[in-house]
Amino acid sequence: MPASAPPLRPEIQFATLEQQGDAAQLGMWAFLVNETLFFGALIFTYYIYRIAYPHEFAVAAKDAVLWCGSVNLVILLTSSLTMVLAINAGAQGGRHAMIGWLIATAALGCVFLLIKGYEYYQDFQDKVVPVVNFVAKPGAGSAGELFWVFYWIATGLHAIHLTVGIGLVLYMLLWRIKRGEITPAYYAPLEVVGIYWSFVDAVWLFLYPCIYLVGRS
Amino acid sequence: MSVTTVERGPAAEPAAAFSAPSYLTEENTVASWLLTRDHKRIALLFFASITFFFFIGGFAATLMRLNLATPGGLLQPAVYNRMFTMHGIIMVWFFLIPSIPTTFGNFFVPLMIGARDLAFPRVNLGSWYVFNLSGLVVLYSLVMGGADTGWTFYTPLSTSYADGYVFAAAMAVFINGFSSIMTSLNFIVTIHRLRAPGMTWMRLPLFVWGIYAVSVVMLTATPVLAMDTFLLAVERFLGVGLFDPNHGGDPLLWQHMFWFYSHPAVYIMILPAMGVVSEIIPCYARRPVFGYAGMTMALMAIAILSFFVWAHHMFVAGISIYSGVAFSLMTFFVAVPSAIKVFNWTVSLHKGSITFDAPMLYALGFVLLFTLGGVTGLMLATLGIDVDVHGTYFVVAHFHYIMVGATVSAFFGALHYWWPKMTGRMYPETWARFAAILTYVGFNLTFFPQFILGYLGMPRRSYTYPPEWQSWNLLSSAGASILAIAYILPLLYLGWSLFRGRKASANPWRATGLEWATRSPPPAHNFERTPVVTLEPYCYDPERDTYVTQEGVPHAG
Repeated sequence: MPASAPPLRPEIQFATLEQQGDAAQLGMWAFLVNETLFFGALIFTYYIYRIAYPHEFAVAAKDAVLWCGSVNLVILLTSSLTMVLAINAGAQGGRHAMIGWLIATAALGCVFLLIKGYEYYQDFQDKVVPVVNFVAKPGAGSAGELFWVFYWIATGLHAIHLTVGIGLVLYMLLWRIKRGEITPAYYAPLEVVGIYWSFVDAVWLFLYPCIYLVGRS
Repeated sequence: MSVTTVERGPAAEPAAAFSAPSYLTEENTVASWLLTRDHKRIALLFFASITFFFFIGGFAATLMRLNLATPGGLLQPAVYNRMFTMHGIIMVWFFLIPSIPTTFGNFFVPLMIGARDLAFPRVNLGSWYVFNLSGLVVLYSLVMGGADTGWTFYTPLSTSYADGYVFAAAMAVFINGFSSIMTSLNFIVTIHRLRAPGMTWMRLPLFVWGIYAVSVVMLTATPVLAMDTFLLAVERFLGVGLFDPNHGGDPLLWQHMFWFYSHPAVYIMILPAMGVVSEIIPCYARRPVFGYAGMTMALMAIAILSFFVWAHHMFVAGISIYSGVAFSLMTFFVAVPSAIKVFNWTVSLHKGSITFDAPMLYALGFVLLFTLGGVTGLMLATLGIDVDVHGTYFVVAHFHYIMVGATVSAFFGALHYWWPKMTGRMYPETWARFAAILTYVGFNLTFFPQFILGYLGMPRRSYTYPPEWQSWNLLSSAGASILAIAYILPLLYLGWSLFRGRKASANPWRATGLEWATRSPPPAHNFERTPVVTLEPYCYDPERDTYVTQEGVPHAG
């Protein structure tokens, strides 16, 4: 990473800070293409089975805790807003606003994880944890278990990604911003974290209807 | 984000002394190598790792060919199963897929586009560590007893019936994928953002185009395999039935997702090899590559088409006849860009002033073996023939022509072509020509008999066979011993040349690329000054025996 002492200099392979920021953003977008295929493969698999067993999946999905998923959707969407406000503040040199919005973003991420944890606890009570504690519901058959396997894999992978996102925000707060490396002249690292954060948000935008809404009416 | 495509190269270096030490001599502590961010050193680290795995995988192949020399066999059937599985896993993921991109791609993409390093040097180093981590896991799986599912991990064999270390082997493949992703992401960003001034897209050397095409495929195919092996590991480890019909799962889904990655993976192996050959042939024929624009489009077309042909591996697995027809047709489409490339390489020789040096011999071997592998691929893409030869040695011979015949030839071609630049030493030409010809002879002796065996009906992955097939099998085993010598020989004379070889000049082959504009071996940050590109690559003139570098510097014969 660039030396801590201002003024910031680009790394050896870049001519300017602008070029370095450009490369960092393109790198994150390329990484998200890869992530899209990763989650896409999972959601694709889920729908293959959902189409094969519509009734069983609908019965099994009724046990998903709707209010947890819905509240979490609102929380994550809000956190994307606070993230963008933090970047905006960073671009305009509003250091305090930037730090405030970033703390809000990390806090909202943590609230999501807390609610998710409570939901997992509820799931355990409902006996929908395959292998560990699972009782098939009448009408759900063995395909019902498939739904719950996907539920745990998908929400688990999403939670891991969100945890990484919170870690990145904290890294920005406790390291990069503290050392004065995020300035209106160069705030690409913060933007890169923001792109990643919005992606994790968007993943939930797809998982939420798949898990909580389809076949619920 | 900014979408500007204006090339901005690195700024002029702050008056580096011309006698700056080379990347090899700059600092030589263990830490300076293991923590290096220099793409050239990381390329050599990768080279050491994949060479190690090449010989492990080769050892498994040796045992297999020894076993098949006689109908009765030498190994226990269970051991034979483990040998072909580990041979496949190690050769595919630990040698062929990383082979050219992580070594020559890593070393030469920044040099050829006039950059001082890759865009993300730490990610590059991380990729090597992730690769070695996955290598340790696969070695663990091998030492503990190996897996016996074949490299394809077909379910339900891999989930319910196999009793080897399938979980560890699948995890090794999963972790290995992250290394592919990190490396390919780095190449994409580097080629987009770090080209030297004047290095437009249509002035990029074809090797860089090959690496770009392969990076796109790696970045988009690998995550699907990652998810697939992850689901497999979950099923095998926890006993839930994602691909198990007893639990409502579909075993064919594994195959669909596996081949969605693994067919593009074959093109991951061949695209960089095509790039290498497109560098070597113009240089040794002393004339511009024929149809440069067509070559770039063919590379990208192969990369894109690779995603729409996967189910041709599953014609007899129980997919519908309609999807069989569709995938057969799509597979035939791949022949179009592939043929464009073969014809263009051939025409590039026309009226050239050809020198049959070792890299050229390897490159010509590549074209011939790739053609034979490609044509037999079309036979396999034909639904009727595939029903007959599916799962036989015909398939084994076909994909070895592409993956070993073509790709490994190109790998050795690249190794000889760029050896002076990488090490600063010339290799012994006579020995190298001998090894190149020996590779070609040994390879054909090993694998052509397998086409015949397959057509006669010998199934692959069988440790035994009826005695009347022994002569062909013996021929194949004998050829394999020649091939083994041809692969070990370069290790000896290249090793010798490291210490005793003649010192190489900056541009021993009188080539046009930017990588030859700097010293051999290059200094730590590649160039003493930022190169400015004014010309397309391959400005050779065979009649006057002159050439003009990409910087526009003319050279007389």
